[in-house]
Amino acid sequence: MTTPLEHDYIGLSETPTAEVSLENMSETNKNYVLNLKETELRLGLPGSVSPERKPGNVVPFFGNVLEDVKVGSFKNFGSGAKRGFSDAIHGSGKWAFSTKSDAEVDLAKASVEEASVYGNTLKPVEENKRSPQNENAAAPASKAQVVGWPPIKSFRKNTLATSVSKNADAVEGNSTSGCIYVKVSMDGAPYLRKVDLKTCGNYSELSSALENMFSCFTIGQCTSKGLPEREGLSASRLMDLVHGSEYVLTYEDKDGDWMLVGDVPWNMFTDSCKRLRIMKGSEAIGLAPRAMEKCQSRN
Amino acid sequence: MDPSIKSTKEIEVLKQVLPLITSHKDRNSVSQVCKDFYNVERCSRTKVFIGNCYSVSPEMVARRFPNIRSVTLKGKPRFSDFNLVPENWGADVQSWLQVFAEFYPLLEELRLKRMTVSDASLEFLATSFLEFRALSLASCDGFSTDGLEAIATHCKALTELDIQENDMDDVSGDWLSYFPEDFVSLEVLNFSSLNSDVSFDVLEDLVCRCKSLRVLKVNKNITLEQLEKLLIWTPQLMELGTGSFYQELVPHQFRMLEIAFEKCKNLSTLSGLWEATSHNLAVLFPICARLTFLNLSYVNLQSAALTELIAHCSNLRRLWVLDTVEDKGLEAVGSCCPLLEELRVFPAGPFDQDMNYGVTESGLVAVSNGCRRLKYVLYFCMQMTNDAVSTVVQNCPDFTHFRLCIMKPCQPDYVTGEPMDEAFGAVVKSCTKLERLSLSGLLTDLTFEYIGKYAKKLEILSVAFAGSSDLGMQLVLEGCPMLRKLEIRDCPFGDAALLSGLEKYESMRSLWMSTCNLTVNGCKELAKEMPQLNVEVIKDEENDEVADKVYVYRSLAGPRSDAPPFVVSL
Repeated sequence: MTTPLEHDYIGLSETPTAEVSLENMSETNKNYVLNLKETELRLGLPGSVSPERKPGNVVPFFGNVLEDVKVGSFKNFGSGAKRGFSDAIHGSGKWAFSTKSDAEVDLAKASVEEASVYGNTLKPVEENKRSPQNENAAAPASKAQVVGWPPIKSFRKNTLATSVSKNADAVEGNSTSGCIYVKVSMDGAPYLRKVDLKTCGNYSELSSALENMFSCFTIGQCTSKGLPEREGLSASRLMDLVHGSEYVLTYEDKDGDWMLVGDVPWNMFTDSCKRLRIMKGSEAIGLAPRAMEKCQSRN
Repeated sequence: MDPSIKSTKEIEVLKQVLPLITSHKDRNSVSQVCKDFYNVERCSRTKVFIGNCYSVSPEMVARRFPNIRSVTLKGKPRFSDFNLVPENWGADVQSWLQVFAEFYPLLEELRLKRMTVSDASLEFLATSFLEFRALSLASCDGFSTDGLEAIATHCKALTELDIQENDMDDVSGDWLSYFPEDFVSLEVLNFSSLNSDVSFDVLEDLVCRCKSLRVLKVNKNITLEQLEKLLIWTPQLMELGTGSFYQELVPHQFRMLEIAFEKCKNLSTLSGLWEATSHNLAVLFPICARLTFLNLSYVNLQSAALTELIAHCSNLRRLWVLDTVEDKGLEAVGSCCPLLEELRVFPAGPFDQDMNYGVTESGLVAVSNGCRRLKYVLYFCMQMTNDAVSTVVQNCPDFTHFRLCIMKPCQPDYVTGEPMDEAFGAVVKSCTKLERLSLSGLLTDLTFEYIGKYAKKLEILSVAFAGSSDLGMQLVLEGCPMLRKLEIRDCPFGDAALLSGLEKYESMRSLWMSTCNLTVNGCKELAKEMPQLNVEVIKDEENDEVADKVYVYRSLAGPRSDAPPFVVSL
């Protein structure tokens, strides 16, 4: 029986994984999981914390007890709908259930019709996915989650919800981490991402990571003049390096001040960075002198 | 004692032996031998366990057992924990309390799970039973910290106050101050799930004068500095739930705390922590070797921190963690805890799409490699393979509880793309002592065929988003002789499946089915065929003929009289 393969609820991953055949699945699995993060979309103003939702995503849950959402197929079973349950899952491979917006229904169909061919599933959905982003499409109001799943007691859910988000933001040196997750927002972009500063060893790695996430932005070559990074970069040089782009990478430090990225040695940066913001260049102008002063006062 | 009982040698022996028999299952067996045994047993029973509060009426209990001192009562179906049971469904304890007040004025212990308990009920409890000693509330709802005030005020002989993860109104921490100054009897105090601040001075005073305190679980607001002060008074402590482990300590404070912990020679259970730094965790290292149960399920630990800590916990039998420890952390568990019998891995951010940590199949395999005595696993993960599960149960054939939750519904084996049938097939084939099983992932009827064929000791089965047809459910009902609780959600089982049970349901405690393929007519049919069962239906909001939620249970008390309007007793 041709069983549908790897149906993640986003319905896609980055292109590289799409080309991977079945046999390689296990090796690239970790990448796949990581890529999920990259492909997740959120809506919200930069710096805001989006509520839990999956805008524009396919949610191939059956038994769809979505809150706020009229469930198309599943609930109708009981009322004598002739379509068999097993059809819905296996036969036609109709995994995805309708959610509010038509766009999503199309997405669902796209991913579902090629359910049996993993590679093919991804591209059409991926393309569809990009468009909501560019159009700044509003997210459907529904929480695309199944009621009571995964089966975790409400008490635990509520307790962890507050503590986990706190920990994710905490970048003080005494965090028990192997990870330093900071939120990255970009002016004008409808989504927020998170980047693990620990996985970037230096500014240029950070730059690539962000480039992958927000592909229209780059902070350029940090070491273009061959200077070792621990000497840092002057704020003005950073501005110079931002070529062809109106955007500047800034960060909020421990004191709550917004600074230009690249100013201080990498380790000092990861210690004090609480969040990143890809700011429009025009807004960042005022930052430069402050950043320099702060840097100097530290030294 | 019932005067009609013949005073034979057997009866005399029985009277001597019975006080030593405490398990209610054993006592139930004794009571079935003959009428005399039944009568001797019922008069000597002091503890009663009622797994479904609607299976019997309080009056029936009082009539049969005249000398009860301890009652355990469970109410709502377990899926109410996950918001699948509407509010005001029932399971109110008040009617029980009223009967107890009349027939068991010397009642000492009450343990409630998934019951609705009002503040008024708590006050009634506190004032009706002069010898009342132990109150435990788990997953209950309907009360507030005001109710706890009544308990603290009136229960002069209280030894146990255990408040666990309830849906309650946490108004203030004042309740703790209501214990009288001369109150010294507390042995168990657990308020770890309450968030409001208690007065530390009051707490310290209380802890200091309750010399028999053996279980103390404080809430996260208690700092490390305060904890150290408490521990000085409780070297006899066996179970500790700490406050937050986040405070920055100077070396002197650190050392004092370390010493305070070291003095607790009997400490075998540790929980809490809430937010911890690696530095502070080190204060525990000297006492870790004594620990048999470590509950880290409310503290976000990364793999490095867990690895460091667990290296000292060579005697651990039970471990609860968050999946923030990742596979790497679990590898450390496998290496360091050869005596481990129970592992629970909870998801830290199951609804938070930003989090890309979590555990995979390799973490579970790693634990199974090192911990061959594993009996109980609860594992929330993002992905799993049939092979991994097979390996796990080959390593650990002694599982009695196997609860696997692959968090995306209908997720197949992510390597082969196949259903997870073979995984659970392996579980039931290898683990002959399996009592409890929770399924997840993409599953066809084959899984149920395996369960029906091999899981002969299975008592509790939880099913979600699984199965292909009515046959699945039927295979389980026909094949599992010891099945007591079957809970099903979002599966394609219809009336035919439901009706394949019939007499089976009489030997079970209960059946729950929600968002399956059931009609009200099908349920009516069941109710007609089996009048001794209670068949309760919550109809679908939009379609009167669809039975959205169905709860079937055996009962001596007949249909319940307190059912809310949305629950239809057929």
